[in-house]
Amino acid sequence: MKTMDLQELEKRFQEKIDKEIKIEPNDWMPDEYRKTLIRQISQHAHSEIVGMLPEGNWITRAPNLRRKAVLLAKVQDEAGHGLYLYSSVETLGADREATIDDLHSGKAKYSSIFNYPAVTWADIGTIGWLVDGAAIMNQVALCRCSYGPYARGMVKICKEESFHQRQGFESLVTLCNGTPTQKAMAQDAMNRFWWPALMMFGPSDDESPNSAQSMKWKIKRFSNDELRQSFVDATVPQAEILGLTIPDPNLKWNEETGHYDFSPINWDEFWQVVNGNGPCNKERIEARTKAKEEGMWVREAAMAYAEKRALKKTA
Amino acid sequence: MKNEALYNYVLRLGDDSLILGQRLGEWCGHGPILEEDIAMTNISLDLIGQAMSLLDYAGELEGQGKDHDALAFLRFENEYRNALLLEQPNGDFANTMMRQFLFDAFRKPLYEKLLESTDKQIAAIAEKSLKETKYHLKHTSEWIIRLGDGTEESHQRAQTALDHLWRYTNELFFETTEDVSLIASGVVPSMNDIKAQWSKTVLSVLEEATLVIPSNNWQFEGGRRGVHSEHLGFLLADLQYMQRAYPNMKW
Repeated sequence: MKTMDLQELEKRFQEKIDKEIKIEPNDWMPDEYRKTLIRQISQHAHSEIVGMLPEGNWITRAPNLRRKAVLLAKVQDEAGHGLYLYSSVETLGADREATIDDLHSGKAKYSSIFNYPAVTWADIGTIGWLVDGAAIMNQVALCRCSYGPYARGMVKICKEESFHQRQGFESLVTLCNGTPTQKAMAQDAMNRFWWPALMMFGPSDDESPNSAQSMKWKIKRFSNDELRQSFVDATVPQAEILGLTIPDPNLKWNEETGHYDFSPINWDEFWQVVNGNGPCNKERIEARTKAKEEGMWVREAAMAYAEKRALKKTA
Repeated sequence: MKNEALYNYVLRLGDDSLILGQRLGEWCGHGPILEEDIAMTNISLDLIGQAMSLLDYAGELEGQGKDHDALAFLRFENEYRNALLLEQPNGDFANTMMRQFLFDAFRKPLYEKLLESTDKQIAAIAEKSLKETKYHLKHTSEWIIRLGDGTEESHQRAQTALDHLWRYTNELFFETTEDVSLIASGVVPSMNDIKAQWSKTVLSVLEEATLVIPSNNWQFEGGRRGVHSEHLGFLLADLQYMQRAYPNMKW
């Protein structure tokens, strides 16, 4: 095989991307493309796993058995998403456990929304509706991501996420049609989760330095602000159906743009939470680290047993 | 009540599933391996599903218009009929797997026999539940063997779990005098048969796992009569929280 120079490889790579040909694990890819994907997919995986904690903490307290079963199934789906995503990361040559260690050391991030506490039952419906709803906006676009394994994983994940979003909404419909206490519980959850949900789309476009390259590589298809706007536009009518007030006095339909206008986001809060000062950052990482440390002997036992088995077979 | 004996029997089955399902749900997000987190949640989900069918049927037999939620959430502690084994705290992964294994080894032959029940409803629930229980037993047997015959630490932990939980196993085979009529009419099997099969499964798995049955064979009982350990109250405080704090609401 003739060796190609780097420029030629990069040119061919970009041509494939431009022609919408998926990049597969064994294809040549620029180091930065690989690094960007490892970072993005592993953070996505971590978000799924850390995201199990706020909802998982309501499994034992779900108000009836049907809701308990639905919540168990939902959180289990999230663990499953984590598994596919870690597998996608592995196709890029990264080590699953090493990326998890980066999470525990604080080097790798995860979605900042999971650093907010789930304090009432209404939070569970609200997380399903708003948080999964926001996640879907991002993830539907990722189904067309240029990296094949990630794009394919995302197709399956999106189907489940949209089911979760509808379940969350349905749970809130029940609360909003229930007693005044239940309705107030739903409004309180809305008040606490609305802004963090908008922050899930990340910094605004002029503050998002990696975005342009990711768009060129078709890892990203839409900018953070575009996705955030789509989310607001889709969600406002749903809040109206529920009869919940969105905690933004400046939220109003703009005839000219064909979109809703909304207040500026509190970016100071966003960066505080991203950098470790959210209400639950410490608890989330401690819980995950504890699970890994306390599970160490289980993993060692499984490996020791497998080795013994292998020896017996060859003997 | 038309068939109080059957009501009590079904309640015991339903409460076993409910309480163990509740316990396993506590692991969610904290499992030692992601795959096991999923597996434990899965078993929990199966058990909660079984509890729904069983408690619905119990409510039907009772004839006071109670559904599974009324029975699951609105009884007092001494009205629960689960075996003491199932309300014991999760402890470490070895303890959770051992508790589950000792129970699955009992549930599988029980459901196999209930499949032939002259009561159609019980037979139908048993058919659906047996499929799930077979997987659970396979899963937990494999883990007991893996832990028992894994590392020194895992062996020690599995043995400690067995030593701790063994004293709650005999209660699984609890039988009342009113059960005799159910056995005679072919609605439920005799526990003698179930115990024989349980012993066979347990002995063979423990042997492969290099674990030994503790020499102290003292056995506790009480759960089947509503006399529980201190642990149940805390479990119910979580389970019943919403229904007690916000009574008479639909969720």
